[in-house]
Amino acid sequence: MTHSLDVARIRKDFPILSRTVRDGRPLVYLDSAATSQKPECVLDAERHFYETSNAAVHRGAHQLAEEATEAYESAREAIAGFVGANAADIIFTKNATEGINLVSYAFSNATSEAAWGGSPDPRFVLKPGDSIVVTEMEHHANLVPWQQLCARTGATLRWIPLTDDGRLDLSDLGSIIDYSTKMVSIVHQSNILGTITPVREIMDAAHQVGALGLVDACQSVPHMPVNVHELGADFITWSGHKMLGPTGIGLLWGRSEILAAMPPFISGGSMIETVTMEASTFAAPPMRFEAGVPMVAQAVGLGRAVRYLEDLGMDQVFAHEVDLTDYTLKKLQGIDGVRIIGPADNVDRGSAISFVVDGIHPHDVGQIMDSWGVAVRVGHHCAWPVCRRFAVPATTRISTYLYNDTADIDVAMASIVAAQEYFGTKG
Amino acid sequence: MSVDSLYQEIILDHYKHPRGKGPLESPLAQSHQVNPTCGDEVTVDVSGNAHSVHIGYEGQGCSISQASASVMSEMVNGASIDTITEKRRAFVELMHAKGQGVPDEEMLEDGVAFAGVAKYPARVKCALLPWVALQDAAIKAGIAHEENS
Repeated sequence: MTHSLDVARIRKDFPILSRTVRDGRPLVYLDSAATSQKPECVLDAERHFYETSNAAVHRGAHQLAEEATEAYESAREAIAGFVGANAADIIFTKNATEGINLVSYAFSNATSEAAWGGSPDPRFVLKPGDSIVVTEMEHHANLVPWQQLCARTGATLRWIPLTDDGRLDLSDLGSIIDYSTKMVSIVHQSNILGTITPVREIMDAAHQVGALGLVDACQSVPHMPVNVHELGADFITWSGHKMLGPTGIGLLWGRSEILAAMPPFISGGSMIETVTMEASTFAAPPMRFEAGVPMVAQAVGLGRAVRYLEDLGMDQVFAHEVDLTDYTLKKLQGIDGVRIIGPADNVDRGSAISFVVDGIHPHDVGQIMDSWGVAVRVGHHCAWPVCRRFAVPATTRISTYLYNDTADIDVAMASIVAAQEYFGTKG
Repeated sequence: MSVDSLYQEIILDHYKHPRGKGPLESPLAQSHQVNPTCGDEVTVDVSGNAHSVHIGYEGQGCSISQASASVMSEMVNGASIDTITEKRRAFVELMHAKGQGVPDEEMLEDGVAFAGVAKYPARVKCALLPWVALQDAAIKAGIAHEENS
């Protein structure tokens, strides 16, 4: 088994992992694709900021304001460095959902502006006949905003379909992404299927027809080395809370030239250059996209989280997860009546593994697992079209992270068998 | 807190052997309800009148939602809308009692088995889903009226 990470030592950094649940059972946390747990150093960093330097950033000339601004901008630099980006190209958002909305509303706002005689960057102006492309495996966060954008502009939504083994069917890519396409927005690693998609190939296809490309990297940045320049995208968004950071903070990276050409999304204080009663001009990115007092303590916490990950090494984190995924897939396939939804082979896949148990609804599977102390996600995982595609009402999902080991998986497997016994479906 | 308090024998029995399941041939109204967090679905058909309500149902989902539909169908079929409203209110109250409620067996029949569900907040919605569908269908059929509960 894996020697890439010292899991026993790592677990000591996460206070919550030593608690018990449901009748004193040790917590087995296998829901990190929903949100990760936080190491003590991240909690300490947030607390330390509030205890010593708390102030609103980018305003005020007092010492605390200076220190808070320094802490906020240092965090931006740390996070940018983690993904090989320039700090000026990293925008703090509430979460990844807001990151995607920020881009979709750039299209919406530019299209409205053009309709009233303005002259926004034409790459963001949509008209009927234009198309936007997603995939059939998107999280609702990377589907609904584009549906809404199409409804507002008359553009058409297209999608790259799935194969039966849960990968993207690229056989018809040339007719899905064509010269009508203005935007291609795809997931890097599916939160429900675990599939790692060929983002570079799809982003290149987008650029060949002059479209922009966005990658939803929520499940990849926390789990594998990601360099923003290697994906070939124009935008990459992900969340902080899935990578050991606090909730309430997400990231959007954009190519600087494109960010500079984009109209703002949320407007108000901090994002302006000049304001009169008649009109305003806007600050350069990233400030243009960070209206209001931002989430400073969360940024500080996330900055500490990326240092924690860097100290472990993302290559090691990924290697550990590949090993653990291998173990989990084999164990699951060894249980009669369990079917994996998504790639069953450990190739180009992450650690999120969905499955169904014959004769037991996923909600009930999850409930029995919970009674064993095992925390998993049940439901459609905000990817309802994927459930429809595979004709299941929902799935149960195991998702691991750097603090999980094979002992966690063994408890989970025992609890699945227990569910089969409980509901009398064991052959 | 054992999971057995959630999965009472009665519930598992209704789940495995649902009573009165199937659509009505010519319903006055129908209501399709989904639980968007887990994908449970229940469709309830209503016919008859205020003195004698008839229901049919279809659905797919977890044991709690589907057993609840089966139990509900036994509790309400042929009853007056006033009786149904009384039973529905008692059931809703039980579900919101956080497991502290003392169910009235005469009123709730097999519905008493759901008392333990109220200890699991994530499952309360599952248990209530068929009742929401029933109320909605009865309103659409003109048998029941909107209320503030």
